[in-house]
Amino acid sequence: MTENYTALYEEHKKLGASFTDFGGWQMPLKYSSELAEHHAVRKSAGLFDLSHMGEVWVTGPDAAAFLDYALVGKISAMADGKAKYSLICQEDGGIIDDLITYRRGEDKFLLVPNAGNAAVVAAALLERAAGFDVVVEDASAETSLIAVQGPLAEAILLRLVPAEQHALVTELKYYAAVEVTFLVAGSGQDLLLARTGYTGEDGFEIFVPNESAAALWQAIAAVAEEGELVPAGLASRDSLRLEAGMPLYGNELSREGNPFAAGLGAVVALSKEGDFVGKDALAALKADGAGSTTGRKLVGLKGLGRRAGRGHYPVLKDGAVVGEVTSGQPSPTLGYPVALAYVDVEHTGLGTALDIDLRGKSEPFEVVALPFYKRQK
Amino acid sequence: MPKVAPELQYSDEHEWVSRGEGNSVSVGISEVATDALGDIVYVDLPEVGSTVTAGATCGEVESTKSVSDLYSPVTGEVTEINDAVVSDPALINNDPYGAGWLFKVAAESDGPLLSAEEYASKNGGDLS
Repeated sequence: MTENYTALYEEHKKLGASFTDFGGWQMPLKYSSELAEHHAVRKSAGLFDLSHMGEVWVTGPDAAAFLDYALVGKISAMADGKAKYSLICQEDGGIIDDLITYRRGEDKFLLVPNAGNAAVVAAALLERAAGFDVVVEDASAETSLIAVQGPLAEAILLRLVPAEQHALVTELKYYAAVEVTFLVAGSGQDLLLARTGYTGEDGFEIFVPNESAAALWQAIAAVAEEGELVPAGLASRDSLRLEAGMPLYGNELSREGNPFAAGLGAVVALSKEGDFVGKDALAALKADGAGSTTGRKLVGLKGLGRRAGRGHYPVLKDGAVVGEVTSGQPSPTLGYPVALAYVDVEHTGLGTALDIDLRGKSEPFEVVALPFYKRQK
Repeated sequence: MPKVAPELQYSDEHEWVSRGEGNSVSVGISEVATDALGDIVYVDLPEVGSTVTAGATCGEVESTKSVSDLYSPVTGEVTEINDAVVSDPALINNDPYGAGWLFKVAAESDGPLLSAEEYASKNGGDLS
């Protein structure tokens, strides 16, 4: 796979980041300590480069109807300015990707798929577009995405926004987006600001053309006071999203899985008008009781000891394998190990005692409700 | 670049060895290893009185991201373990060559060990 570098790569190098390959991109794993970055996002704010994520624009008179057909959600029902979490599935119900769709007008939508899936999603959309009056444009290569996440995120970003636009930011609802002017390098830039994130905290994501990305990154860092904001890498992003019980494509979601087993049945709008890709298979899976009465289901596991389960470790009930961990690590915020795991539905009741086979040693866990961590509002 | 303490010897598995009185050696893990592991949250050390064998696993080091085996760089009886790192594993990240030492062994023999210079050139460490 060819290595991709975001427009912020030099910024990360200057900050002393250690890098990791993620979805074909060289991304900052951490700048100093991933635990410190994690705690900063929970207590103050973290600055993330998410430019590896994809940006695919879908425009045209049939855009809404097309997305109703191509994705599992009822995209046409979205109000302008809103964001929606959805899935793009295969005909057999397998998950190609999870993505966020932003409605930017009557016939204009922005889709944000995962880094490693952006090209696949764009290709699948193009293939499904036959017969619809739409244009599918993959803008991933030109678009950077910068996130500011944490309780201080709003206060920090307001310092870059002219006073008359402050209300646009302060009144922006979770899962909504708005065009805001940012004062970057001495000039105003109109950028799309979304109140979304993957950390379980309040926070924002800003779409910015590559050529302005470094200036915006520096501007955000410059307006933050000492102790308010730290650059945060993918290691903390992963531990933050895990505490928030959010699935990661490739870990919890895959083409072999299905939305019901993943606990995402509510995202599948089986009752929406017309056909959509995967509808028949998903209706059959639901009728079958996938993820409720048959098969496995994604659950949260809380460790009762100190050891963490890791991806692919077996989950045991009385010594017999009843599931598999998809993500797991010690929770920095909660102080005990947490894991997401697919477990046979009969062993998924809250409080069920299970073990994780930690390289030959059984460690006690119990099924708990998700998310593991919920911020105080 | 991670530091490599010039006065120590190193194994290929990134353990360091420090010579004490007689045949007593202290063992820890290098900053090359702690940098790669990330923040260490749990360490499982051999028991005092047990015998460790050079090149064989004798414990585990768990970081936020992964679990790694700990290999003994020497053969002999474990005489002491560092209780401080068991209760506060972050010591290993903060001071891998000092307060973050792991265990002491009455060494009967050594496994293959590298000089600091050899280890640093092989792993891209900073000797200064």
